[in-house]
Amino acid sequence: MVGSVGIVEAKRAVFEEPFRFRSGAEIPRFELMYETYGTLNAARSNAVLVCHALNASHHVAGTYAGETDNVGFWDNLVGPGKPLDTERFFVVGNNYIGGCFGSTGPTSVNPATGKPYGADFPVVTVEDWVAAQARLADQLGIERFAAVIGGSLGAMQALQWALAYPDRLGHSLVIASTPKLSAQNIAFNEVARQAIVTDPEFHGGHYYEHGVVPRRGLRIARMIGHITYLSDDAMMEKFGRVMRRASLGFDFDVDFEIESYLRHQGDKFSAYFDANTYLRITKALDYYDPAGDFGGDLARSFARAKAAFLVVSFKSDWRFAPARSRAMVKALLDNRRIVSYLELDAPGGHDAFLLEDPRYHGALRAYFENIEL
Amino acid sequence: MTRPDLETIAKWVAPGSRVLDLGCGDGSLLRHLWERNQAHGYGVEIDDAEVLACFKNDVNVLQLDLESGLALFQDGSFDCVILSETLQTIHRIELLTREMLRVGKEAIVSFPNFGHWQARLQVLAGRMPVSAELPHQWYNTPNVHLCTLADFEDLCAKLGAKIRERVVLSRGRPVSVLPNLLGSLAVYRITA
Repeated sequence: MVGSVGIVEAKRAVFEEPFRFRSGAEIPRFELMYETYGTLNAARSNAVLVCHALNASHHVAGTYAGETDNVGFWDNLVGPGKPLDTERFFVVGNNYIGGCFGSTGPTSVNPATGKPYGADFPVVTVEDWVAAQARLADQLGIERFAAVIGGSLGAMQALQWALAYPDRLGHSLVIASTPKLSAQNIAFNEVARQAIVTDPEFHGGHYYEHGVVPRRGLRIARMIGHITYLSDDAMMEKFGRVMRRASLGFDFDVDFEIESYLRHQGDKFSAYFDANTYLRITKALDYYDPAGDFGGDLARSFARAKAAFLVVSFKSDWRFAPARSRAMVKALLDNRRIVSYLELDAPGGHDAFLLEDPRYHGALRAYFENIEL
Repeated sequence: MTRPDLETIAKWVAPGSRVLDLGCGDGSLLRHLWERNQAHGYGVEIDDAEVLACFKNDVNVLQLDLESGLALFQDGSFDCVILSETLQTIHRIELLTREMLRVGKEAIVSFPNFGHWQARLQVLAGRMPVSAELPHQWYNTPNVHLCTLADFEDLCAKLGAKIRERVVLSRGRPVSVLPNLLGSLAVYRITA
């Protein structure tokens, strides 16, 4: 029986201890939001950590009481009878440190000042996210995850888990990702950041105190990001040159469906997402480069890893194209690690990792079924 | 293990070997090599349905196009590279054969023998051969480069590859007399 995990509840893990970031900055205490689905077995061997990408959260599957529309971001993957089967696995979702869905981040109150951290919240990195997740695992009594899975920057976390805590996971599932951003990727992120920091309502990141949010900047940042998540073909198929009005307006209002869609996405996103978090996430992406400490030699940087890997890429993903995934596969092969690689000819672009493709989900289902607990 | 060449291949793969199976299909050879010889490794396959079958068979599979060579694999990183009944579907056979000998300490290649008497008869009768080993019609075959035993041995000579062992089969049984005429399936073990 394939079903939903049903109504779920978010939980809060509290850590009354300092957290030191990769930058050297420190905060005195922190909290992480998380959700769990399924049951941790007696041997504590069936836990799977799900790491989210840019705009998602700890809400991976199911809905909240009274919010039936608020479906978890990977609900098509996680649930009873689904590829990541909650009848067999204990699945943990989490909102990373620096996030804006309840985990300690720029919107949280700085105990030193009694005001939100805002611009004073440290710049976060993928390494920081994973280090914080390891504390969460400690608190949940999970010494070793059966698997850690993520897509896009969630996949960077799954990879980082294998590098930072090689003995604490059995499998790393790295989907639609890259071991480092290209100049073009960083360029897109910089445009997004500039849109935010040049918004007059940004106030150097201390906009909470002014009772405003840099919504215009965040909106443009989201519109730019969204373009990179879809393939040219997918966008053409979905929107084409379909018009929103009867004839060309000869003005600068919405003519085409795609313009309306991007504006809508921008409006929606800027209403719930925190600009300071957005800035930090894009930096975390830019900074991630595990080979950096090894003279750019990815194979040497992967030598620490012990996990078995599943790497997945999508041919229409031009943001993190398959060649980046193949580079990771090569580095794993060079180290004689166990790895499987799926390179799907799927049309969805970067966002394909969130879609339900029978080949993709079939492979994930078989992969999880073969994980020995 | 339905295909007759697979048992010959399994006998040649030493226990505990590191193997790379190119065009591995549903991964049943790799699974068999693991269960029989504790030989482990990876399959390379491009077809979506076959790749999914590999996942279900619990073998390591890499979804890659063989036509672009074996760039992901280091020199001498495998004890044995296998290309079973896939050679005839490859466009750039010279490149791939060189790559197999670069990546593996040895290579095992099996292919349907186009020199088999039935194939010769069918060509003499003015028709493209269709048989158990060559089941497709000329218009829907995935095969692009069919060859005979003699042709393949010429290629090995051209590439400087040494033929270490050869088994020629007909209906699953070894053929020792007139192999290029009586054998329908050839299995070679070659090294650089």
